[in-house]
Amino acid sequence: MTFDMLASQAFTGVSIFTILMLMALGLAIVFGLMGVINMAHGELMAMGAYCSYGTALFFHAYLPDLMDYYVFVGIALAFVVTSIFGYLLERGLIRFLYKRPLDTLLATWGLSLILQQIYRQFINSKEVEVPTVSWLRGAWQATEGVALPLSRLFIIGLAVVTAFAVWWLLFRTRWGLRIRAVTQNRTMAGAAGIDTNKVDAYTFALGCGLAGIAGSSFTMLASTGPTTGQQYIVDTFIVVVFGGVESLIGTIASAFIIGQMQSWFEFGMSGSMARASILLLVIVVLFFRPNGLFATKVRR
Amino acid sequence: MLSVKSLNVYYGESHVIRNVSFDVAQGETVAIMGRNGMGKSTLLKALIGILPTRGGDIGIAGRAVAGTPTYARVAAGMGFVPQGRMIFPYLTVEENILTGMENVTDKSVPSYIYEVFPVLNEMRGRRGGNLSGGQQQQLAIARALVSNPKILVLDEPTEGIQPSIIKDIARALNRLKADRGFSLVVSEQVLSFAMDVADRFLIIEKGEFVYEGPRASVDQAKIHSYLTI
Repeated sequence: MTFDMLASQAFTGVSIFTILMLMALGLAIVFGLMGVINMAHGELMAMGAYCSYGTALFFHAYLPDLMDYYVFVGIALAFVVTSIFGYLLERGLIRFLYKRPLDTLLATWGLSLILQQIYRQFINSKEVEVPTVSWLRGAWQATEGVALPLSRLFIIGLAVVTAFAVWWLLFRTRWGLRIRAVTQNRTMAGAAGIDTNKVDAYTFALGCGLAGIAGSSFTMLASTGPTTGQQYIVDTFIVVVFGGVESLIGTIASAFIIGQMQSWFEFGMSGSMARASILLLVIVVLFFRPNGLFATKVRR
Repeated sequence: MLSVKSLNVYYGESHVIRNVSFDVAQGETVAIMGRNGMGKSTLLKALIGILPTRGGDIGIAGRAVAGTPTYARVAAGMGFVPQGRMIFPYLTVEENILTGMENVTDKSVPSYIYEVFPVLNEMRGRRGGNLSGGQQQQLAIARALVSNPKILVLDEPTEGIQPSIIKDIARALNRLKADRGFSLVVSEQVLSFAMDVADRFLIIEKGEFVYEGPRASVDQAKIHSYLTI
């Protein structure tokens, strides 16, 4: 194996890692921290992707001179739209289902079907694509034999910025402290004076907004269809559970490990065999560490 | 400062707090005593709003709070230290204290907290879940204090705490009460601790008060008889 091949595989692993991380950050908050099994999380990613698609159409029609910059507007719009949708979803449905995981699972699965039908009915029943902006076309020639696609480099940068922003919000702001307190003990957080209802709604909205960012960024790699979310949701849950529920660091580490494994396994075997092998390894690890890689032990 | 009238609490159809009424004056400490299962914790959880009530009124400094959520009662002036401490295990000591500062303008922990509980200052960066029981109890009291409560409610603060620390907690509460001027409601089974802090005693038996008396004329033998089977 040459250095170029090694470098290419490593880059592919990093690229998959950042994609998985973007996908999982939102769910790590909604499922990992809040304990809400949101089966519609994939459809929220698709919603973010459609926001990018809509933004691209708008810029193409009305602001063609600024077409190179629609990506940023698309990502911001995806975050805002999915956050607002998440806020309304939490206030209108999810808050009535806390501590009822099976009901939550069923309700959000139903919601995912409804959203898919809405996408099919009102947007497009077929897959749609967004144009790649000129400055993200092509690749950066790192060495003579290693070319790194610019769109993937952009997603790596976006994932790093997003992960840092989430860390900063959760661990360096008063809102983050409220979120962490409520997710650790909702009853006591209320008895300490924290408005738990507001925190629940904002936290859920944040998780949904992150799903929107992930979906928006994926339009640079693949087309978007009504059932696109279904392709994301399983991988997303695996990353969060493998990393350890309640641990954002665990989610990031899990995304890195799974991303690298996928890249290296695919080098020596077929894609489906690599996927099956990873799932097997995840099951073995969870057998010995049921709470995931980063379960923390403290005196309660 | 605290006014409770005809309070009733049910677990399903089981009537566990029966038409309870009592008042706590400004600066007064009331000890609610009774054996396990008599309704002490249930009553205190109903006061802070963790458990719903059926009928009855709760007033904090003249403000009716029955039916409001817990955080609204904290904003109205009630601080709560629960049985078992309920420390946020993954937050640091300092972060645990900051969670109690929702309704104050200060952004950092007031210095008097670390003066009264120096061990919390030494451990401010350590996770709450890694503290001993006695340290967690001090942390739980500090978390409730920083909301500047008019009335502080403590649910069995001596449970699982070694005797020397119990004395420390009693001293700290008396000092804080003298300095800050709040009222105190404490549920207890340890009579010596209650004698150290309380001005008045209420004995609860099967969800009803069966005895009331001030510390000056309290019949310790009688209280003791209610605490033993």
